[in-house]
Amino acid sequence: MSDRIIMAHGSGGKLAHELIEKTFLGALSNPLLARLDDSAVLDCKGRLAFTTDSYVVKPIFFPGGDIGRLAVCGTVNDLAMSGAVPLYLSLAFIIEEGLLRDDLNRILASIQATSREADVQIVTGDTKVVDRGSADRLFINTAGLGLIPDGVDISGSNARPGDKVILSGTIGDHGIAVLSQREGLSFSTALGSDCAPLNGLVAEMIRASQRIHALRDPTRGGLATTLNEIAAQSKVSIRIEEEKIPVRDEVRGACEMLGLDPLYVANEGKLVAMVAPGDAEVVLARMRRNAYGREASIIGEVQPDHPGRVVMKTRIGASRIVDMLVGDPLPRIC
Amino acid sequence: MKFVDEFRSSELAQRLVHSIRHHSTRRARFMEFCGGHTVTIMKHGIRQLLPSTIEMLSGPGCPVCVTDNADLDKAIALARVPRVILTTFGDMLKVPGSRASLQEARAAGADVRIVYSTLDALQIARDNPARPVVFLGIGFETTAPTVAASVLQADQEGVHNYHVLSLHKLCPPVIKTLLDSGEVRLHGLICPGHVSAVIGSNAWEFISRDYGIPCVVSGFEPLDVLQCVHMLVSQVERSESRVEIAYRRGVRPEGNRRALELMDRVFEACPARWRGMGSVPATGLRFREAYRRFDAESAFDFDPGPTLEPKGCICGEVLRAVRTPRDCQLFGKACTPASPVGPCMVSSEGSCAAYYLYGGVE
Repeated sequence: MSDRIIMAHGSGGKLAHELIEKTFLGALSNPLLARLDDSAVLDCKGRLAFTTDSYVVKPIFFPGGDIGRLAVCGTVNDLAMSGAVPLYLSLAFIIEEGLLRDDLNRILASIQATSREADVQIVTGDTKVVDRGSADRLFINTAGLGLIPDGVDISGSNARPGDKVILSGTIGDHGIAVLSQREGLSFSTALGSDCAPLNGLVAEMIRASQRIHALRDPTRGGLATTLNEIAAQSKVSIRIEEEKIPVRDEVRGACEMLGLDPLYVANEGKLVAMVAPGDAEVVLARMRRNAYGREASIIGEVQPDHPGRVVMKTRIGASRIVDMLVGDPLPRIC
Repeated sequence: MKFVDEFRSSELAQRLVHSIRHHSTRRARFMEFCGGHTVTIMKHGIRQLLPSTIEMLSGPGCPVCVTDNADLDKAIALARVPRVILTTFGDMLKVPGSRASLQEARAAGADVRIVYSTLDALQIARDNPARPVVFLGIGFETTAPTVAASVLQADQEGVHNYHVLSLHKLCPPVIKTLLDSGEVRLHGLICPGHVSAVIGSNAWEFISRDYGIPCVVSGFEPLDVLQCVHMLVSQVERSESRVEIAYRRGVRPEGNRRALELMDRVFEACPARWRGMGSVPATGLRFREAYRRFDAESAFDFDPGPTLEPKGCICGEVLRAVRTPRDCQLFGKACTPASPVGPCMVSSEGSCAAYYLYGGVE
């Protein structure tokens, strides 16, 4: 058996079947997936949340995670941010020929471990193999279905003046951990990606309060972009305080060196919540008891004036606008 | 010491602000030469904290911004020469030239690669011996020694496919040109920190001596800038003009001799085109005869085409500090960081970008 994935693994023929039955089912098996019909048949009643995302992270293994864990967490988190309980995922692979089987196995094991942690099932999937150069080692798409419990109404457009802004932990960990591995830039850091499924944390928050108005995970574009999105959608302004936003020393140091702003660096295991002021402390206390919310803090407040604007009180006591990320953050010259 | 938190302490900042307000009685106009300082000032909201007696002007100290369109066009034309790999710092990618940016040239097939150091560019040359590799040499005295070091290294190793398009610029003589023009009257100069780490604070003596303008070299943290303003105010109030350093952890009076030697071995002064100022004598760096084979400009045959200037853009005047970004009709409308018309809106150190991204509160 070849130690690499070759074009024939995507042909639909014998090798393809072998890959699916041995490698994929071997790693991910559950009764729904094992039926191998053309579609998974699911029994659900209630309001469904449905989302999809593609994962093209480079490198595919990085400190604190890999593309497989990311593909599960990203989609699970998108469901959780609508207040849904994630149930089922689809999993589609686009593999560049030549990928090491060992790497594929590692990624599948990581997907299995992460979906178990998030308590979701992979119920359908697909594999394509493309010529060398047509993809970059491995791309993954996942779609997810979740059920929204009765009485839960969480949306980026529901933030209200007076709401407290709660951030679940330090920002920028994922972006800097990945950047530290990039070709031509590798610097050593003990930092790992924060990549994690947040549905457990969200479930506990919802149990603690019926008045969580908006939830979002600040992934690409970072915290600044997420807050701008919510401010625009909810037609409110958001005022945050620089001093209250937790940033690890490693992240701050790397950002200083590279000319980046942690507010714009990606996270994969953090959320921001807009919570009615009366419930904020209760939610915060509950979050801090969860492994993924230990460093949660209230970083600001929603206000009625200047809809769409995010303003930050700087450490030295002045104020400035925090805009959305524009383009790709590029390191500076001097 | 973490060298970051200590220089952002809100308590110390409040004390400095209080003291500046207390001491400042005379109206004074200070220029921060460096784009990095403009960013610090805007990002931390320092202007809001200063008393109304103090006016702050942003100067031409952004190497990306001062690069003239004719020179940008050269870089883009070089990137399009078949087989050439053009290496550049990330800032340059999005800057629009007369007709396109490097980013657009890359999308159209040019091999443009972002590097983080000149030695990365040299490594690309070693890895691709059959292809010419050009490094886009844009920057002030801070960058030029590192470029010189890569050239000397290439020379020593016999890496023949490594070239540099030298668009480097020198700071002290351009300030002299600005002051001589009489367009801007200053009562204090915030001298660039990283440039001064190389050239030394002594390089600014002529400004305090010949023009009677207080000069203070500043670092890039908010407390550095506040301390620098405090020192300038003290000089203004006492009618003094001296060169001082508010950035002792980085800058010495004599500068970095080794860096200066490297720069001097490889380069010599020449006239340079500055956006908004035209050609200014002795403000650029070209290869000395002994190293001229590394000069990308003479090594390749390329046609940058006619130079066009963007209509309505006042980047040139912004760089000369005679107008501010908000005076521009395009600012925030036709020209934003997402679709920039002029370079000051693209560069992370550009005045327009700093005003757009961090400005505009109350």
